[in-house]
Amino acid sequence: MADKLLTQHNDVEGSHTLDVYRSLGGYSALEKALTMTPDGVVDEVKKSNLRGRGGAGFPTGMKWSFMPKAPTFPDGRPKPKYLVCNADEGEPGTFKDRLLMTRHPHMLLEGMIIAAHAIGASRGFIYIRGEFVFEIKRVEDAIVEARKMGILGKKVLNTDWSFDLVVYRGAGAYICGEETALLNSLEGKRGEPRLKPPFPAMVGAFGMPTCVNNVETFCAVPTIISNGAAAFAAIGTERSGGTRLFCVSGEIEKPGVYELPLSINLRDLIDHCGGVLGGKKLKAVIPGGASAPMLSAAEIDVAMDFDSLAKAGTMAGSGGVIVISEDTCIVAVAARLLKFYEHESCGQCSQCREGSHWLARMFARIEAGGGTDADLDAIAGICSNMAGQTICAFADAVTGPALSSVRKFRHDFEEHVRLKRCPCKPEGHVVRHDHHASAML
Amino acid sequence: MIIDQTIGQKMDALREHLPTEQSLLLPLLHEMQAKEGWISAEAMKEAANYLKLPFARVQEVVSFYTMYNRKPIGKKHVQVCTNVACYLRGADKLVEGLEKRLGIHCGQTTADGKYTLNEVECLAACGTAPVMQINDDYYEQLDENVINSIMDKLDRELTHG
Repeated sequence: MADKLLTQHNDVEGSHTLDVYRSLGGYSALEKALTMTPDGVVDEVKKSNLRGRGGAGFPTGMKWSFMPKAPTFPDGRPKPKYLVCNADEGEPGTFKDRLLMTRHPHMLLEGMIIAAHAIGASRGFIYIRGEFVFEIKRVEDAIVEARKMGILGKKVLNTDWSFDLVVYRGAGAYICGEETALLNSLEGKRGEPRLKPPFPAMVGAFGMPTCVNNVETFCAVPTIISNGAAAFAAIGTERSGGTRLFCVSGEIEKPGVYELPLSINLRDLIDHCGGVLGGKKLKAVIPGGASAPMLSAAEIDVAMDFDSLAKAGTMAGSGGVIVISEDTCIVAVAARLLKFYEHESCGQCSQCREGSHWLARMFARIEAGGGTDADLDAIAGICSNMAGQTICAFADAVTGPALSSVRKFRHDFEEHVRLKRCPCKPEGHVVRHDHHASAML
Repeated sequence: MIIDQTIGQKMDALREHLPTEQSLLLPLLHEMQAKEGWISAEAMKEAANYLKLPFARVQEVVSFYTMYNRKPIGKKHVQVCTNVACYLRGADKLVEGLEKRLGIHCGQTTADGKYTLNEVECLAACGTAPVMQINDDYYEQLDENVINSIMDKLDRELTHG
């Protein structure tokens, strides 16, 4: 296995402190970056083939290059530019940003300061999900340390450039991981996604040009600057450079965060994590967080990079790999996921608000034994009225588990309909999350 | 008045970093809830006055985010994740066990006001599933025995102060 680039010091005592981070070479990438031109930094990141680790996999260097060089207000005054870190980790199956913020908060700060230099930002915001009380404290402590050492604040490392960061605490809303919803939330509003265009690079946080990247994306920046784009691009695939922090959970022997090259095969990844829990047979894998369409056991000979997974009809998403064994009822898993989406739809677009609600009710009903064959056909129809019809990609995400579960495991669904109960559970078993099914239909 | 000098100072410190008054709303509500346990209509009015925002701007934010409690809760807010990674590791059984132990259903508070129990969506700790959060703290790699020992400890803490 290739070397780790972000997590090689996971087990170093005190890795979250400035002293230890510096003793391991930390902030030398920032020193180097400050001797480079902003465009030089952007070019280096472009050449590294770093792609956003939050879910969409958009090329990071290209995103940075979308930022206007010297934006002005209509009266000619210069407009400030902002940098935002999306640390609203919440895609079910994803837990890497939590690890990075806990163990390596200074790596995040260093990546952000380099990015701010590259795009010319004067302020930065780290939007962390509200439940992460411990992680928020960790990052805030790191900011205080960095300010004390002149790494943040006025005249960064004795240059003429000033940049400061603040943590903004979310308040419990999955949708705020969507970047424009995050920006609204950061402004003290409901986290409802915005129509694009205008894109955040033009009209972002507080109306200013803004660049939003994920925690892991920023954390990859120091190694790219220190060791060069070529070294980073050499790991991974032709179009996706570097390693990725894969979050492996569910029915797996050794769940956890594994930093591996993007080119790794899904079957090898599962083996690397000790195989299916209890030596059971594999039934399905969700390869990129809850919104990624499921893969059946026959489909796991696929590389984990963005393009290969897209070609396989699913997505690399946030790197959350959820393993499901043959003993688990796939209908129950899908019903649980649909319940999640119903809860988290922001309600702004009717297709998504109504569609996620109907799907949650139908899946719960099918799981409880009250479904019909017509339900199975109706699911595809509802999904076609959701995907691509709304302001953000949430509705598309809902259709991931809904369509893939019915398509790939139709027999399981049909058995629930035929037997009028869940065949995976003993007769007479009452399904737990059937509050929709029992209350309404 | 919920917004005291301590909260006021925290808001002043944030003002240096946040370009608008409205952006102080989420942090302000967090501070108010930390003090009161929940966000009442009175609290929303106070927040609106403090930030010079229409009441509806505050109300629509409080109702949007799940972390703001719109009714009083117990001293300990037990939130068990039942999303898919935790579900695959037996979270449903843990919820049932807690319901039995506390004698309440999810969404309810015990009669003595000590505990509120809720199911919660993904806490982003799936590698150590199943997990729950009690007030600010995460508890991970749970099973029935671990939960019982955590709850026994909290029982003692709540009885003896």
